[in-house]
Amino acid sequence: MTDIAFQSGLGAADAARARVLRRLRLGDAAFHALTRAAAITVLALLGGVILALLEGAIPALSKFGFNFITTERWNPVTETFGGLAPIYGTIVTSLIAMVIAVPIGLMIALFLTELCPISLRRPIGITIELLAGIPSIIYGIWGLFVFAPFLQQYVQPALINTFGSVPGLSVLFAGPPYGIGVLTAGLILAIMVLPFITSISRDVFEAVPPVLKEAAFGLGCTTWEVFRNVVVPYTRVGVIGGVMLALGRALGETMAVTFVIGNAHRISGSILAPGTTISATIANEFTEAVGDIYTSALIALGLILFVITFIVLAAARYMLLRIERRLG
Amino acid sequence: MAQTVQTAATAARTRLYSGRRRWNAIMIVLAWCAALFGMAWLALILGALLWQGLSGVSLRVFTEMTPPPGADGGLLNPIIGSLIMTGLAVAIGTPIGILAGTYMAEYGRYGRLSSVVRFINDILLSAPSIVVGLFVYEVLVRPMGHFSGIAGAVALAIIVIPVVVRTTEDMLLLVPNTLREAAAALGLPRAYIVRRIAYRAARAGIVTGILLAIARISGETAPLLFTALNNQFWSTNLNAPMASLPAVIFQFALSPYNDWQRLAWTGALLITVAVLALSIIARALSSPDKS
Repeated sequence: MTDIAFQSGLGAADAARARVLRRLRLGDAAFHALTRAAAITVLALLGGVILALLEGAIPALSKFGFNFITTERWNPVTETFGGLAPIYGTIVTSLIAMVIAVPIGLMIALFLTELCPISLRRPIGITIELLAGIPSIIYGIWGLFVFAPFLQQYVQPALINTFGSVPGLSVLFAGPPYGIGVLTAGLILAIMVLPFITSISRDVFEAVPPVLKEAAFGLGCTTWEVFRNVVVPYTRVGVIGGVMLALGRALGETMAVTFVIGNAHRISGSILAPGTTISATIANEFTEAVGDIYTSALIALGLILFVITFIVLAAARYMLLRIERRLG
Repeated sequence: MAQTVQTAATAARTRLYSGRRRWNAIMIVLAWCAALFGMAWLALILGALLWQGLSGVSLRVFTEMTPPPGADGGLLNPIIGSLIMTGLAVAIGTPIGILAGTYMAEYGRYGRLSSVVRFINDILLSAPSIVVGLFVYEVLVRPMGHFSGIAGAVALAIIVIPVVVRTTEDMLLLVPNTLREAAAALGLPRAYIVRRIAYRAARAGIVTGILLAIARISGETAPLLFTALNNQFWSTNLNAPMASLPAVIFQFALSPYNDWQRLAWTGALLITVAVLALSIIARALSSPDKS
């Protein structure tokens, strides 16, 4: 009797236990599946972006074909669209930004890792990183009302006077000082990407094994020689990765550029002249675009921008992964 | 004879050494200048914002609608619009981001899917935000037939997701495995270990990520231009175009009217203060973990 009661009690306990365990297992599997679905959503987002842009770009791309990226004519009235001017502007402004920001960014990283008093390192590092946090529209409004007039009054006349008569360079600095233009956009982009270059190169410089640097100092190298011949070669991949990441940012930057580039659909040899970039063209014209072909041409520009930045950013990430593996 | 050769060699060496030292000094000075140069921009931009924007800050900014040109007004409708869309974007983006980060750190830490998602996520993190706007235009605005606040919120959510994924994963990876093992030894199922142990240990970091994401989207303009568009009037209807601070700044700053431009500066000051405050709070939250 007691035996049976005991056994059935045990059976009930077992059953309850099994029920609880099953519930937990189900909950576990459900949570696993949920997180997995979220991870796949991230992939789907990228796929969705590419598909949606492709779909939107097809009318323009099939109408203009390869000419879309080789011709300059952008005429909404006759509905002929060629994206060469914005593509050119995107590349030139980003190049100007890189030429200025890379050396300065690296020097700031050198300063932060080797020269700066320890107690100032964090505050100065944060100050520079806050630059990265300022929204691009703020750079835009500041660039338009403060920076561009300053350039127009002081910097551009000086550039024209200095280089205007130098053969070769005179083309670059031809024309009146508008204030706004390709150079101004490039300069603002340089300020915007500076923090990215600085913080990534600082991180990789800090990860250089001290033994390497100490050995070089022991041989009598100066601080600069250690930096130039030990730190930079050791971290080259990481630095290039950081530079590419900054380049990706510069290529796709929209609002700041839209404010100061002047939005002119033409290619000019002079960097003082107004121009346009892919992102500025889209930002300016998209809501005003009438007709399917016009909209589609703008989306096609967006697709080209996305493909370019995707390649640049993928290369950047690949290089940063490599340096991470090396530095551990 | 031998002596003169030696002194000549010494002299050459001294010259070489002083040349190297001079070069070193030049570079060190340049590095100092570069650092000052970098910090100067922040000072210049903040200075201009305070100078131009502070005079326009008054109670009216927070209580009145955007004016027609030539009239007085405030920024109430864009402020509310920005708050609504930012809140909604965080509500949509954060759960997806946290769950995806959880998968990568807890379930598939060494799996193929995780490394692919990590790579793609890092690219989305710096992808041009205007492309996100085009994407949402194609999948939401065009089928719906009109611009809407909800489309703006979705565009912002797409920018939130990668930021949150990244910080969640990083922070969960910092949680020591011994904690998980101790919980597992008590018989806790995996889902409980993640939710009750790992999330709790990584909470400060995850909140930091969310704050950084809010800071990031509160100034985003490009994805809103052709999703939420803009609205001169008071509207909390998510199915209609909605005003936002960045879009109003864009419109007003490029207008020829003085009072609109002044309001744009005031709006710019508000956004910058909000963004800087958020990033400083986020840093303060995360710094104890680092040290």
